[in-house]
Amino acid sequence: MPSSQQSRFDPSEEIISPAIGLKGWLRWIWRQLTSMRTALILLLLLAAAAVPGSVFPQRSADPNGVTAYFKANPVLAPALDAIQLFDVYTSAWFSAIYILLFASLIGCVVPRTAAHARALRLPPVETPRNLKRMPAYLAVEWSGKKSPDALLGKAQKLLKKQGYRTLLAGDSATGSVSAERGYLRETGNLVFHLSLIGVLIAVGVGGGLSYSGQRVLVEGESFVNNLAGYDSFSPGTFFKEDQLVPYSVRLDKFEVDFYRDETLKNKANTGTPTDFRAFVSTTLGATGEQAKAKIRVNEPLAMPNGNIYLTGNGYAPSITIRDAAGQVVYSGSTPYLPQDANYTSLGVIKVTDVPKQYGIISFFYPTVGTLESGALTSLYPDPALPMLSMNVYEGDLGINGGEPKNVFALDIKNMKQVAGGKSGVKGLRLQLGETVKLPNDLGTVTFDGLKRFSSLDVSHNPGGIWVLIFALLALAGVTTSLLVPRRRVWVRRTETGFELAALARGDDPVLEKVVADLAAELAPNKKGSKKVAKTAASPKQKVADE
Amino acid sequence: MNSITLNADLAAVSRLVVEGAMLVYTFAFLAFALHLSQLASTKKSVRAGASRLERVGIAMLILAATIHGVGMVLRGISASRVPWANMYEFSITGSFIVVFIFLLALTIKDIRLIATFVAGFNLLILGVADTVFYVEVKSLMPALQSYWLVIHVLVAVLATSFFNIAAALSIAYLFKTANWVKSSKAKLVGTLRRVLALFPKEEKLERMAYRFNIIGFILWTFTLIAGAIWAERAWHRYWGWDTKEVWTFIIWTIYAGYLHANATRGWGGKRSAWLGVIGFVAILFNFTIVNLFFKGLHVYSGLK
Repeated sequence: MPSSQQSRFDPSEEIISPAIGLKGWLRWIWRQLTSMRTALILLLLLAAAAVPGSVFPQRSADPNGVTAYFKANPVLAPALDAIQLFDVYTSAWFSAIYILLFASLIGCVVPRTAAHARALRLPPVETPRNLKRMPAYLAVEWSGKKSPDALLGKAQKLLKKQGYRTLLAGDSATGSVSAERGYLRETGNLVFHLSLIGVLIAVGVGGGLSYSGQRVLVEGESFVNNLAGYDSFSPGTFFKEDQLVPYSVRLDKFEVDFYRDETLKNKANTGTPTDFRAFVSTTLGATGEQAKAKIRVNEPLAMPNGNIYLTGNGYAPSITIRDAAGQVVYSGSTPYLPQDANYTSLGVIKVTDVPKQYGIISFFYPTVGTLESGALTSLYPDPALPMLSMNVYEGDLGINGGEPKNVFALDIKNMKQVAGGKSGVKGLRLQLGETVKLPNDLGTVTFDGLKRFSSLDVSHNPGGIWVLIFALLALAGVTTSLLVPRRRVWVRRTETGFELAALARGDDPVLEKVVADLAAELAPNKKGSKKVAKTAASPKQKVADE
Repeated sequence: MNSITLNADLAAVSRLVVEGAMLVYTFAFLAFALHLSQLASTKKSVRAGASRLERVGIAMLILAATIHGVGMVLRGISASRVPWANMYEFSITGSFIVVFIFLLALTIKDIRLIATFVAGFNLLILGVADTVFYVEVKSLMPALQSYWLVIHVLVAVLATSFFNIAAALSIAYLFKTANWVKSSKAKLVGTLRRVLALFPKEEKLERMAYRFNIIGFILWTFTLIAGAIWAERAWHRYWGWDTKEVWTFIIWTIYAGYLHANATRGWGGKRSAWLGVIGFVAILFNFTIVNLFFKGLHVYSGLK
């Protein structure tokens, strides 16, 4: 704990006698665990243990990265996985460290809280016999006569005014004032550590009750807030479906602003998105109450039991496919996933309502351009010159087995390419409004129109607010414990004057000044008074707890 | 459509001004380095002339900081926002705050002798910023358009600056207490020893480092909390072990260790000084390697 207070257990006391028995051993282990040195080592271990999670992709933050890592390192990856390097922050070893750390923290903080509660009720300690040993010391001589009788009373009043607790001991001739301030330092320290326990509990419980669901919506589409309404859903351990309040959300319109510099002075910034806006209509299931709202990045929409966040967007070209007889076999706006900053986008179309299934892997270029290699690319993210390119594959789409399939991927393992690539037939290219023929008499495809889609994320974590409250308490606590000085001050009358001393617990930059100022107030620099300063007994103003 | 106006011409002026500041930092650095070498001289007449050189150095440093500040403000005006949205801007603002805090601390604390370090460090940071991190003035991506950019990043810069000065003090402390410095008979080490003898006493260095570090720690704790609040708005979760979040946590934990070390018998002095230096190395790592090479959500270097 950040305070100069030594562990409750002085290292010199940790002498192990040869026959201490089981109880003794347990006590010894507990003392070791709750010692500050152990806490320090556990903290450093925790820092070191967190590092691999930034080096290797993590399933929680970057599941695609993990899949890619397995593909790239088929031998190494399973070995790393065996020691949980892809789940570092839920791994056994990471958990072990922080559980031990918190056990150590609790073991240290609970007795200290009790001790502090007692100390708050006790008067300051009595004045030590030898004040000269204190790190700040000053003796004031009242040449010729004794210091005034009222001195101690005045000292007590002054110290009280500065927030000290004081204790007047002995008679006015040879007595002394003992004062202590800064109890708040230890209070802050304890609040900080107890708040960390609060943060941990709030993170755990909140995580268990949380959920987050993702849904891609094309303009004009809507979704209903139930499990079936989501493309993917990650519930916490204690999640129950009735946490999902019935409502529906319709994406009316999606707008994007891209930076355009007419003077072309700043080419680097051209095409940078400056704003995303999703305009939605919501309908509450219970009351039928309707509302319109705008969702932006950083501005989620608050709904009952969760916020709706805007997490992604892209184009959804409207495509119609007809068979050779002119019958529509596929029609709709398919979301294409953006692949680069200029929205070169990848989409997959699966045509299933035909005798011979086929699939299309397609690219969309909002503003098409040609690279030197002849390949197409997008030059600008707005649809200035939109174009679709398509490669066609015939064969088993793999959707008859009943397994869920990724709508954004086409498994071409059991398929034969019939257009594009090395198939001998050129890939298809369509401008907006164009219709072209598909190979092998499959019919025609039409690029009817262009819509945008947005990815929405509905998230709820009831623990969040508690994490925040405890985190702010911890911040207040640590600030108090580091900045409020805790010190004891003593004033004692002597034969020929009086002496003052001060002792700080923890770092105290003004210890000597405190003593000097108090001396000046008690004996204003008048003729006949002389001050004798003594250099500090120890240059360090850090003194272990007695 | 664009509500933001970027002024590329003004950004170019800002860059020139910052480069001008680098030139003045060079003079300040040379003056301070020369000052130290004169102070360490064995000849009394050389030592006597040193204080004038120090005054020249301080004047140069104030001039450099002023020019630096102008360049920083111009960068902000040219982008119509706060000048800390990418690595280049973070570097020029961060290093300005370092020198600003240092100049303020000069009036209250005798930490003049690390002036060489501060001038040299700023020169290095600005050099890297100008040659490696430089990007044309850019509009903010939607995720960064939030008042939390002002709060979260500014406090992070402040915390970094405090840690930076503390690290400089800890390095001086470590040199001063190193056995090889104390005992080596090499001539060069002898000179170093004489330079180090000019620095405040070991205990004072240690205590000053501690004070800068506790302020840094409080500010870093705030950075972490503010970042979590912002992440909850922008990324729909307050904490997700993104690489930058991981490193913010690591740095926080190292400095928490540093504070415990200062309260643990046998861990003060060199060990805690080392922890302070390791903490600052982690900050530099977080800012450079993690930003440029690690995958994560905090991608704002603006570099390709």
